[in-house]
Amino acid sequence: MRTNKKQYSKMVKNSSPKSHILRNCIWAFFVGGTICFVGEVLIKVYTAYFNFSVGDARQLASITLVGMSALLTAVGWYNRIARRAGAGTLVPITGFANAVVSPAIEFKAEGFVTGVACKMFIIAGPVIVYGTLASVIYGAVLFVKARYGI
Amino acid sequence: MYIKYKKPVAITAWASVAGKKEGEGPLADKFDERVADDYFGQQTWEKAETELQGRCIGHLLHKKGISAEDINVAFGGDLTNQITSTSFTMRRFAFPFVGLYNACSTMAEALLVAGCAIDGGFADNALALASSHFCTAERQFRTPLDYGGKRTPTAQWTVTGCGSMLLERVGHSAFIVAAQVGRVVDLGVTDANNMGAAMAPAAANTIRNFLLASGTKADDYDAIYTGDLGQVGSRLLWQLLEKENIVLTNHIDCGNVIFAENQNVQSGASGCGCGATVLAADILPKIQNGQLDNILFVATGALLSPSTTMQGESIPCIAHLVNIKSKKEIQQ
Amino acid sequence: MNYLWAFVVGGLICVAGQLLIDLTKLTPARILVLFVVSGVVLSAFGVWEKLVDFAGAGATVPILGFGHILAQGVEKAVAQSGFVGIFTGGITACSGGVTASLIFALIASFFSKSKSQS
Repeated sequence: MRTNKKQYSKMVKNSSPKSHILRNCIWAFFVGGTICFVGEVLIKVYTAYFNFSVGDARQLASITLVGMSALLTAVGWYNRIARRAGAGTLVPITGFANAVVSPAIEFKAEGFVTGVACKMFIIAGPVIVYGTLASVIYGAVLFVKARYGI
Repeated sequence: MYIKYKKPVAITAWASVAGKKEGEGPLADKFDERVADDYFGQQTWEKAETELQGRCIGHLLHKKGISAEDINVAFGGDLTNQITSTSFTMRRFAFPFVGLYNACSTMAEALLVAGCAIDGGFADNALALASSHFCTAERQFRTPLDYGGKRTPTAQWTVTGCGSMLLERVGHSAFIVAAQVGRVVDLGVTDANNMGAAMAPAAANTIRNFLLASGTKADDYDAIYTGDLGQVGSRLLWQLLEKENIVLTNHIDCGNVIFAENQNVQSGASGCGCGATVLAADILPKIQNGQLDNILFVATGALLSPSTTMQGESIPCIAHLVNIKSKKEIQQ
Repeated sequence: MNYLWAFVVGGLICVAGQLLIDLTKLTPARILVLFVVSGVVLSAFGVWEKLVDFAGAGATVPILGFGHILAQGVEKAVAQSGFVGIFTGGITACSGGVTASLIFALIASFFSKSKSQS
């Protein structure tokens, strides 16, 4: 063959269609924005009508969104929206929930212990692991600062 | 390795079964069976793929009017880990069985080996089959089916389908006359969402080697079919061969014919079942009724696993080729 | 106005994610990790709290808000219980979202089955 890896990599780049960045961003903006808007409505409802503190209302709003995402995932709608929305459904907390719920449903066939429970965090696990790591580092910095007054 | 069979090996019967989306595509009426439920009435996707193969073999035996005991040997495979879909099918039929894995090139590989078994005088007939299932492939190689993700424009859609063929010493519709065993080729593509690009060099390599060994030109054939390069891979194949001074004017990729453009499959179709169903549903009938007389069927396979992809390895690929001719053509 | 800002800020954060998907080779899983860690960092520098005051759910609902919760949690826990707080703060604070995901996932798996796509 007369084509080497370097030449081929260039050919692949030229022959592969590019993503429609503008269209993708518009979808991401509107879908992501809508999810956050729903979150804001929930926070207002929980504080105004149920007398929760703002902090608790925020937590509850997130939990409600997680529940909605679980429901949409279970009936098979979440990925239909996500196919167009891209980061619009990935970045909000609903995307995290979808990442937990979808493997749980997928691996049901492999059993509730070895399938559902074992595989539940195959996609979302890294978020918890590295988020926690970041918080521990931050906590350690705060502790050292407070103790030694640096 | 170039194989020239001593005597043309006849393909005497073929059958294809396709999933829901495939059954809504341009080849809809040509499949022996298309289903509305991709579960095929089963509880898991793996069982569904085994049932898919079972039905396909059932159609083949029925068409030929023979029973399972009449099969001398079966060659086949699929994309699941340890090719369990095929092994479990063979548990049901209990044919003498040789399991094959070369990813999506399995259909050509099975025909090539089955041809050798018959031409070598070891078997009077042989069954060749390959299948893939969108859902078994997706959950094994990518993400859970209900996970929300965007498909990249280079991504290909794994076909839910099975093609099976019966090869015998004598027949009167289509014949395998020659074959080329492919080499593993890797030009450094690491993107598992751009399989066509990864596989195109293997196809180019095999086609070039076959043309050199057989002393023929690309234009000598009515059509050169590739298995599942898709749109991106097809463009790259033309470019690669142009550099070898081979101009393809009669190339058709099975991955570009099984779905219509509005079926939302990005760069086209892929999977063992792609080439296998198109061969059984479209190409062989055309050879039988005289629309095609002399074709090359080149199925390409990407020999990766989820582990090798995560480890950052590039994707080694292979392409096997069989030369299929009509009765008219071999009598000349 | 809060509703509008929630929509706009939340939408823009998602656009940032989309640009990372389309313009870099980062996979979605890596982008989420990047965002959650960025959330912790931005919160540590006091940036995110200001954005939350301004955009409400627009700043708390994206996964960056998850990082913010982790950071706030560890701040509070270290102030209250010192060294132990380093370890208890983060996960305690984010337990609501994680537990909800876990429990709803389990419930969903009782009733739902993997579905083919088209």
